[in-house]
Amino acid sequence: MSQWVINGLRTGIKTTVYPRDAERAAGVTPGLPCGCDAPSPSAAAALVDCCPTQVFSRINGKVLADVRRCIHCYRCVHGIEHPAAWQQTYEWATVRDWQNEFDQSFKHSIHICVVDAGDCGACLNEVKQLNNPYYNMHRLGFFITPSPRHADVLLVVGPVTDHMRVALKKIYDAMPTPKRVVAVGACALTGGVFANSFVCVKGLAEVLPVDVEVPGNPPPPLAILHGLLVAAGRKSPASLMASPSAIETNAAKF
Amino acid sequence: MNRTELKEQIEGRWPGRAQCRFDAVNSISEIICARAAMPELCGRLFLEWNFSFAGLVVEEGTSEWQLRYCFYGESEAGWVHVLATAPLAEKTFPSIVKFVHAADWHEREAEDLFGLIFEGHPRLGDFILHDDAWQEHVEPMCRHFDARKAMQHRKPDADWRPHRIVQEPGAFVMPIGPKFSGVTESVHFLLETVGEDVIRSTPRLFYKWRAIEKLAEGKTVDEVLLLAERFAATTAFAHGLAFCQAVEKMCDAKIPARANIFRVFLAELERLRQHTGAIQEICESTALVVANSQAGILEEDLLRISGELTGHRYLFGLLAIGGLLCDLPDDACAKALEQSQQTLKRLNELEKRLRISSSFLDRLEEVGVVAQRSALVYGLLGPVARASGIVRDLRKAQPYSGYEHFNFDVPSEQEGDGYARLRILFAEARQSVRIMEQAVAALQSGSIREPLQLHAGAALGCVEAPRGGAFHWVRLADGGRIARYRIVTPSFANWHGFHLAVEKFAFQDFPIMLSTFDLSVAENDR
Repeated sequence: MSQWVINGLRTGIKTTVYPRDAERAAGVTPGLPCGCDAPSPSAAAALVDCCPTQVFSRINGKVLADVRRCIHCYRCVHGIEHPAAWQQTYEWATVRDWQNEFDQSFKHSIHICVVDAGDCGACLNEVKQLNNPYYNMHRLGFFITPSPRHADVLLVVGPVTDHMRVALKKIYDAMPTPKRVVAVGACALTGGVFANSFVCVKGLAEVLPVDVEVPGNPPPPLAILHGLLVAAGRKSPASLMASPSAIETNAAKF
Repeated sequence: MNRTELKEQIEGRWPGRAQCRFDAVNSISEIICARAAMPELCGRLFLEWNFSFAGLVVEEGTSEWQLRYCFYGESEAGWVHVLATAPLAEKTFPSIVKFVHAADWHEREAEDLFGLIFEGHPRLGDFILHDDAWQEHVEPMCRHFDARKAMQHRKPDADWRPHRIVQEPGAFVMPIGPKFSGVTESVHFLLETVGEDVIRSTPRLFYKWRAIEKLAEGKTVDEVLLLAERFAATTAFAHGLAFCQAVEKMCDAKIPARANIFRVFLAELERLRQHTGAIQEICESTALVVANSQAGILEEDLLRISGELTGHRYLFGLLAIGGLLCDLPDDACAKALEQSQQTLKRLNELEKRLRISSSFLDRLEEVGVVAQRSALVYGLLGPVARASGIVRDLRKAQPYSGYEHFNFDVPSEQEGDGYARLRILFAEARQSVRIMEQAVAALQSGSIREPLQLHAGAALGCVEAPRGGAFHWVRLADGGRIARYRIVTPSFANWHGFHLAVEKFAFQDFPIMLSTFDLSVAENDR
């Protein structure tokens, strides 16, 4: 068995420098579209029309992007005259008013209960990557627990199917307070491509009080890590993006 | 057996009750068959003439039901579809399960979603629509059902108990899930036992049923492509490709050579990544920590390679009907290939180490054995079937996207145990890189997408996804909107046979068998 010890040591340290520093390796994030000043009204209209999940809205010549809705179909990048601007970042998590409060005792380690509420497998796979040596969430004091009784954070992926709703509620109720809920992925945020159906709701917020939202389809592991750090109060939420409420007010004005 | 012989055999054996015709658009032999003769005819195809069962497609026409049992063979006869019709008011069909056990879950699904009755089926009900949540006689796939309205559900019934098989004294049911273990998909297992060993295992699936087939109806082709890519994202490219193929076949599209080569390259990159992920899960389930980390590194490496090459780590947003949405630079492809070769080298080293780790092998060898005969009867697919000695691969049997121009082997093993399944994963990863090398060498400049004219029709797209054969049946109505979309996934077939591996083995081996089967719940539930 000594071969494994040597093999492990020879591999060296693979772990990302994030959150201490920025991770710059290629392929760690698919990026997200961002709002921009459209060169012409017709270009703005083309952007708004090309998106199948209505990410873009047009307000006073500006194009706003509600990235929570983005499903990475790249229809706004390819085959369009003026492609959308793209941000190759990964610190995307936003706070949706703190629904649940944490106290000082949670500043060291956090136990996370991961629930699949109808996920396509990608978000779940990205959550799983947090345990591999590249991301190694344990070093930051994050641990996955199978039992809701031990959990401080409930991490939900998927658009919340009917059959999972009861189980999800039971898991939430079984968690001791104080607790926080992190919704991961476009489906958990808005229902994604599965919204508007008789078996899925339009996002987790219809079922449970959500604290932190991580957009992306799927969000890369670094974005999920950022979401967890935000939930633990150790990182500030993304400020580059318009908050959902701001977009809703703007959309109403428009 | 060629098409003419098939026609003679069928029409000679069932004169006046079965009629064989050839559909040139899809190159399918269609057998129109009297309802009563269907089970025996399908049984003849499946059991004697060695056809594989692909799936059952139920279509509700304006005046009649049409049931289409799809079979394919490696012989010249190729695709054979057995069709039976009945007026809409008559909802009873004879079940073919007695002869074609692989159709078991297909008929249960049709009973649940269309309200059809299959006479002679041993067990119907409580399948997709869980009995404890859904009202009786809801038929969501029927035309009259409005998919936009939220459903009124039953209140969860506290007294509801699942179906039990073992009735011995002292027998009990161990329920697992839908939420269990660390990061797992939602599925419920009922493991029946009298002590140490699992006697009966009944997976209760469809907690993640998103009704993709119903959602697709009435949508445009481009919208449904998004659904096809996103319902099972770990094998997104394969399913997207199957859908594109169905539409392209129907509209007789010519795919540019460059697009086809990229499709093959990306499909193999996805297979390589998915198999590495499966290997990582096997290492994790046996608690071999360093190997788990090593495989985890390789999986993340492959995700990054995919991300760097295409922009998306799971290859979303690349496919388009008629080719690809965007061109990829040649040198980026060559770089991705080189990185994949490096990864494969380390994967080979990992395999070498695993093969001499006795504590690891003890947990895989002779565990979760699926005999060849059972695998055949259950119609298992992909690496799981190939580990039980069934050498069947759609890339060879029914080549698509130009796979006929590539040299590769289909690895197979005889033992059918967990270790054989692991060896298959490693061997297939090597073949994938071999195909990628040929793809990069064959790259030629040219266009990436041909525009095509959509018209009404129906076709079947089939792809050898990483987990096995995937079949997408698409019917377009006038105006190019989807009238019927049926997805048959490899996980659907392999979940059906999963209990073969579990039964008669101890509880502690259960996670290992689960990981060696490499099942996706999202792919099964749709």
